[in-house]
Amino acid sequence: MSTVQPLESGSRYDLRAGVSPDAPDEDKFKDDGKGAFGYCHSYESSSRYDGPGLRVVLFVSGCLLRCTYCHNPDTWHLKDGTYVSAEQVLKRLGDFAPSLRSLGGGLTISGGEAMVQMAFTKRILAGAKQMGLHTAIETSGFLGDRVDDDFLSVLDLVLLDIKSSNPDTYRNVTGRDLAPTLRFAERLASIGKPTWVRFTLVPGATDDPANVEGIAKFVAPMKNVEWVEVQPFHQMGEFKWKAIGLDYKHYDTQPPSRELINRVIGQFRDAGCNAR
Amino acid sequence: MNPTAALRKESAAGDCWRGFQPGDWTKSINVRDFIVKNVAPYTGDEKFLAPASQRTKAVWAKLQPYFAEERKKGVLAVDVKNPSNLLAHAPGFIDKDNEVVVGLQTDQPFKRAIFPYGGLRMVESGIKAAGFEADAAVHEAFTKYRKSHNDGVFDAYTPEIMNCRRSGIITGLPDAYGRGRIIGDYRRVALYGTDRLLEVKKEERAQIDDMWPNDEIIRQREELAEQMRALKDLAEMAKRYGFDITQPATNAREAFQWTYFAYLGAIKEANGAAMSIGRISSFLDIYIERDLKEGKLDEAGAQELWDQLVQKLRIVRFLRTPDYDALFSGDPYWATECVGGMDLDGRALVTRSSYRMLHTLYNLGPAPEPNITVLWSTHMPAPFKRYCVKVSKDTSSLQYENDDLMRPFWGDDYAIACCVSAMRLGKQMQFFGARVNLAKALLYAINGGRDEVSGDQVSPKTMPVTGDFLDYDDVRAKFDTVMEWLARTYVHAMNCIHYMHDKYFYERLEMALHDRDILRTMAFGIAGLSVVADSLAAIKYGKIKVVRDATGLIVDYKNEGNASTPQFGNNDDRVDQIASELVTTFMEKIRKHPTYRNATHTQSVLTITSNVVYGKATGNTPDGRRKGEPFGPGANPMHGRDSHGWLASCLSVAKLPYKDSLDGISYTVSVAPQKAHLSETQLVEEATKAFDLYFSRGGFHMNLNVIDKETLEDAMKNPDKYPQLTIRVSGYAVNFVRLTPEQQRDVISRTFHGQI
Repeated sequence: MSTVQPLESGSRYDLRAGVSPDAPDEDKFKDDGKGAFGYCHSYESSSRYDGPGLRVVLFVSGCLLRCTYCHNPDTWHLKDGTYVSAEQVLKRLGDFAPSLRSLGGGLTISGGEAMVQMAFTKRILAGAKQMGLHTAIETSGFLGDRVDDDFLSVLDLVLLDIKSSNPDTYRNVTGRDLAPTLRFAERLASIGKPTWVRFTLVPGATDDPANVEGIAKFVAPMKNVEWVEVQPFHQMGEFKWKAIGLDYKHYDTQPPSRELINRVIGQFRDAGCNAR
Repeated sequence: MNPTAALRKESAAGDCWRGFQPGDWTKSINVRDFIVKNVAPYTGDEKFLAPASQRTKAVWAKLQPYFAEERKKGVLAVDVKNPSNLLAHAPGFIDKDNEVVVGLQTDQPFKRAIFPYGGLRMVESGIKAAGFEADAAVHEAFTKYRKSHNDGVFDAYTPEIMNCRRSGIITGLPDAYGRGRIIGDYRRVALYGTDRLLEVKKEERAQIDDMWPNDEIIRQREELAEQMRALKDLAEMAKRYGFDITQPATNAREAFQWTYFAYLGAIKEANGAAMSIGRISSFLDIYIERDLKEGKLDEAGAQELWDQLVQKLRIVRFLRTPDYDALFSGDPYWATECVGGMDLDGRALVTRSSYRMLHTLYNLGPAPEPNITVLWSTHMPAPFKRYCVKVSKDTSSLQYENDDLMRPFWGDDYAIACCVSAMRLGKQMQFFGARVNLAKALLYAINGGRDEVSGDQVSPKTMPVTGDFLDYDDVRAKFDTVMEWLARTYVHAMNCIHYMHDKYFYERLEMALHDRDILRTMAFGIAGLSVVADSLAAIKYGKIKVVRDATGLIVDYKNEGNASTPQFGNNDDRVDQIASELVTTFMEKIRKHPTYRNATHTQSVLTITSNVVYGKATGNTPDGRRKGEPFGPGANPMHGRDSHGWLASCLSVAKLPYKDSLDGISYTVSVAPQKAHLSETQLVEEATKAFDLYFSRGGFHMNLNVIDKETLEDAMKNPDKYPQLTIRVSGYAVNFVRLTPEQQRDVISRTFHGQI
């Protein structure tokens, strides 16, 4: 078992891999149900992109997807994160809580995948709720079947990444099945959980009109989906792929043009989605 | 004062003061009372504002070739023969027919004057650097017949102080140039006229005639005599421009002219580093409101007055030396003007003229001067807050200071001198004292008083660190000893400087626009706060091994601990408390030593652009900063270390205690223009909330840039494309293209937060 470290003090943009070599593999990780400790990559105090108002975003480590365009490939493994206690995380969050409340913001847990360390994530979210903060997670939904209704009850918002509507494309870009994500989306819709669907627009990988159309049609009837956010691919993660020595498929991929972004937003809007 | 005389003046001023609500201000000199009784707070938005008039545009067009030439050539002209004073130069004009406010420092725009009373060497090296020839007669006068402030200070300095200057542990001291940071209450000339002010000065003088002539009384008598002469000369200067300012202004245009003449007189008499204008917007607004009511002025005319006054404030020039420019780069003069704030009764001092002042940044384009300072109160009307934020977003030309924090200390009629120094107008002045290099002091503590660059013994010999690793308690104790010595030496130097400045380079006009009995502060400063805080945190939470050179001098540090150590700027109390405690500790040490004229000790955490020079002169530090690398400016975290977003960064800075840093805590924030999904209205709304948050958490200062790195990099390559690109550095703004390449790189290397 790893020893508990101070919650690190570097930037979310810094490369940070393999800092807890004793950590279990993420795909074999068994949640203890208590979540008093977990692995965190970094945090950021001032995001305006990850939910309403100003957000503290906690990046936990561990993810089962291997997206070819991932901008945080140094968060895939649990061992990439620092081993910290939930208590430490909540104390740190508490330092920001009054500010977040007055700016109408809260906590967003991203990653990595927020559902890998489910109990840890839940414990932190519950703590944030006690501080009067708005709570959100950003997730691929792949592990949606694992989380119980209690978990969902400490969440005010889900930022759900739907990378593709086509199972083959989904497998190509993430290495995993699409179905769990769609099931999770339907579950959120059925309980009316506020959700922002996020779609990463990667030229040559996810920009096919039919792919976009599929997601738009799937999402459009869901009344709980407040926004569909089109997120343009960028190259800020390139150096991490290089540094870790991973095979990066997107060295030559350009960020999408304004025209392409507008086309995709237009497709979502035409289908009846509230897109931006 | 004598009641009969007062009544007489009151009736004579009757027509000038028509329509004004009388009060204590009619009986004694009390501009604050005049404002509070007569101001018309404005709670609406900016829609009423008018564009620049034809006359304004004509004057502006005449000035453009000068600006362009200056960017290419530097100093355009110098009058090397006539040492500047109120009457040294014939009236000068830019475009006489179109100027609604007149007056220049010399007889031509952009011709710089000389101030040899500060120091002849500075003048001559400035002339030489500008490519001109010094004058033999001036040289003779100031070597044979007249001593300067600079000569006086060096007669009084000790070898120890000279060593400190040389090693760079104390720098930027005003021992060879005007100290500045004095704001005459220029409004008094408009409201009362010089005759009335003279009468009051006579009265003040008569009151001390009976007092036993100790040093202070004799000095005061001489000063009052000088002040009275200055007021007479000021009236004569105005007369040469065709105006009689012995009587109060009778309308808005005269009020602008009178106020500007008073300021102009100050910059003809003194070349202080910072020559601030004070807090004139809401004062002059009262005159505009009266003229509007009387149908003598319309909005276009009101804006024209502001635009043209601001044009004058944008062409103030002083002759400086290359050394000076390295400390305060981009030719600043801090014609700081304060807008906004609240009065003590809880009314916002926001008027239409607060808007008009900001609007000059659109009518004339962005610019560093005047250094417009918004006195931010969370209670100000929301539309004004939003307008300020919008102006920042469009021009990066504003700075913000916390009125809610300052008002309890300084009341509601203070202004900012220079960057962050609050002072009550006409009732307070400061003895400016630049700053010490606290990071170097830490290295002296580690090396037993030897300079880490030269190896010389500078501070008294003490036991250096002898082991291979730094121990927090040991270093902290050693550092305390060095700070004790530094504080004492620093106060010592400051006493010498200001004694001589009063003696040889007294600001007779600025002080004529003060009460006789004022509060004097002596403003000390520290640079390198974040470097020291991070270094101490590294020693406490890491495992710092020292590296010695052949002479045993510790010249480098390696962190052999595996934990990353806390860094200032991340809202992390482990290091933020060290920073706060340093501010308080050094202030307490400063306070132990008596000051010249019993000035009250204050302190600032401000570097201006000297963070680059200080960094250059300082060796490797235990926080991992490399030798020569710039410090963070002011109270800023070190570049790139505030890595958790602006909220974390500004919460750290907001913790620094204002009560132990009453001369201000400078914090510069750069944010990239918003590229996300927020509309402009939403963005302004969110930023306004963020400002309220920062200031309500105790933040003192926010120097805001809204710009991206790419634009700055392009401006470095193609300066001609960006003649008016303005950027806020520590406490002031500069034309980016007028910074040295080194300073440009420093600005670019700072943390840019992705969003606000």
